Amino acid sequence: MLNEASGIDAQSSPGGQQPAVKPDIIRIEGVHKWYGGFHVLKNLNLTVRQGEKIVICGPSGSGKSTFIRCINRLEEHQHGSIIVDDIELTDDVRQIDSVRRDVGMVFQHFNLFPHLTVLENCCLAPVWVKKIPRKEAESTAMEYLERVRIPDQANKYPGQLSGGQQQRVAIARALCMKPKIMLFDEPTSALDPEMIAEVLDVMIELAGSGMTMLCVTHEMGFAKTVADRVIFMDAGEIVEQAPPQEFFSNPKEPRAQKFLQQILQH
Amino acid sequence: MTDLSVMPPKKAIGPIQWMKRNLFSTWYNVVLTLVVAYLIVTSVGPLISWFFVDANFMGSDPKDCSGAGACWVFISQRLDFFIYGFYPGEQQWRVDLMFLLLAVAFVPQFIERFPGRKWLGLFGVVGLPVAGYILIPGGPFGLSEVESTKWGGLMLTLILAYIGIIASLPIGILLALGRRSEMPIIRGLCVVFIEVWRAVPLITVLFMASVMLPLFLPEGLNFEKLARALIGITLWQSAYMAEVIRGGLQAIPRGQYEAASALGLGYWRKMGLVVLPQALKLVIPGIVNTFISLFKDTTLVLIIGLLDILGTVQSTVTDPSWQNVAVEGYVFVAFCFWVFCFGISRYSQSLERKLDTGHKS
Repeated sequence: MLNEASGIDAQSSPGGQQPAVKPDIIRIEGVHKWYGGFHVLKNLNLTVRQGEKIVICGPSGSGKSTFIRCINRLEEHQHGSIIVDDIELTDDVRQIDSVRRDVGMVFQHFNLFPHLTVLENCCLAPVWVKKIPRKEAESTAMEYLERVRIPDQANKYPGQLSGGQQQRVAIARALCMKPKIMLFDEPTSALDPEMIAEVLDVMIELAGSGMTMLCVTHEMGFAKTVADRVIFMDAGEIVEQAPPQEFFSNPKEPRAQKFLQQILQH
Repeated sequence: MTDLSVMPPKKAIGPIQWMKRNLFSTWYNVVLTLVVAYLIVTSVGPLISWFFVDANFMGSDPKDCSGAGACWVFISQRLDFFIYGFYPGEQQWRVDLMFLLLAVAFVPQFIERFPGRKWLGLFGVVGLPVAGYILIPGGPFGLSEVESTKWGGLMLTLILAYIGIIASLPIGILLALGRRSEMPIIRGLCVVFIEVWRAVPLITVLFMASVMLPLFLPEGLNFEKLARALIGITLWQSAYMAEVIRGGLQAIPRGQYEAASALGLGYWRKMGLVVLPQALKLVIPGIVNTFISLFKDTTLVLIIGLLDILGTVQSTVTDPSWQNVAVEGYVFVAFCFWVFCFGISRYSQSLERKLDTGHKS
């Protein structure tokens, strides 16, 4: 089996910065998923330790987005088990909701709520889901908006912001729920080139704060800077996983070699 | 000198240039302009003299009308009947009070900066029906009872339209959500309800409510004709409303649902805080369209013997003591409907502008 190697990974973690005793926060075992007759996810196994940063890459249609969306049950898996922070994702709505409270997500197309201001976007879930008083939620929101460097846009509507600003608001909105895990689903691929850096900077800073992050992205520079592990998926399988230096300099699987060749050509 | 490169070009110069360009630019435009001008001149003049110049405004009986123009004396003499129906005269202050409350609740909605506008609106939707329920039929607080068979005229039209409108919106929302539900039983029930009610003409619904329903109900559980008509109108209207709102729900991108779910919002919060505010905003024109058409459809209650404003006018124009007043009567009815429908339409436009927060996601 390819991926039952999390124990080995723990020892080969890059630079040994992570103390080996950090507990697992996500455990995924034998996950399969089908869309009708199409087998999108094939026997995925992955264990993520607290504070770990994982970059998932692979050709389009390889199931990476579907995979990451299974972790907060935006997609349902049909076989195997996903355990997030000791809660197994099943059909039980309450368990799903409590996982979602702890898992933030950032989407490719931002998905800000266009009828609410930036500040209201950030306060919505803390106020209605966590029942935090509005004043307190607003001051927390302002803190995070400062962290993503757009406190001055707090009272604008998302439609008035640039793509990069919108994505930073989306990151702040997710952080306002004080999640333990952040999922990023191609956060920079809908952005104009000059706006990618401002979003990546925020993500790098977030990585530095010790957040557990799973990130589907093609930003290989980002992967090299922050990732503890790079996971390469193709045709619904995890084909290879390795620390970034090893993955980029010396990919083992032919499919990974071919993919890297293609994206690094330019 | 102004720099041409930074100035937008000036529009056409003066009315003569404008007419040359728009009315007389080619030979067929000249012909069209002349024909239309002739029609306007020959029709507007007589209309004005019928409406105002030759019309009779003052007086108290049919002899005060010369017959050359409109006989507005007829309207003013019968105004009480057109507004209150058979509602007893000494109790009409209760209806007047309701008209006043209606105005207090909704007129400020047109004035952007009116203090407490939202609360007045809320009162209009929640408080007004309660006040009406006590005031108009009477009973409590020593108010003498007035049976619903005596209600009529504009007051009845407003009651039917108002209850139909504010009850059908929430029911329509629930039906629309139900039709998009993932639970097959709920979805099935909503689909059946909507398709059955929507496929039936309102006249049939009213006939069923007034003639058939009493046959099925057990003895003693027979409630008033007006209440049955109201229930019929509301259910029929909510089926339409549901489909309008469903259109809005379908226009909301999947990402909005997903973002709300990912933040841990449950079904009702997701719908109530994220999806519905956007969906309803999108379909304001459709909702208002449905409201306006309901407002006018209430005239159909005539056929089950309820005298709404059209009914009161219709029954009066045949009064032999007044000659040839049908046109005046119908113009009056048309004017009343126009005032309310135009008001609804203007309000919806200002609402659309106010809720426009730029791009969709």
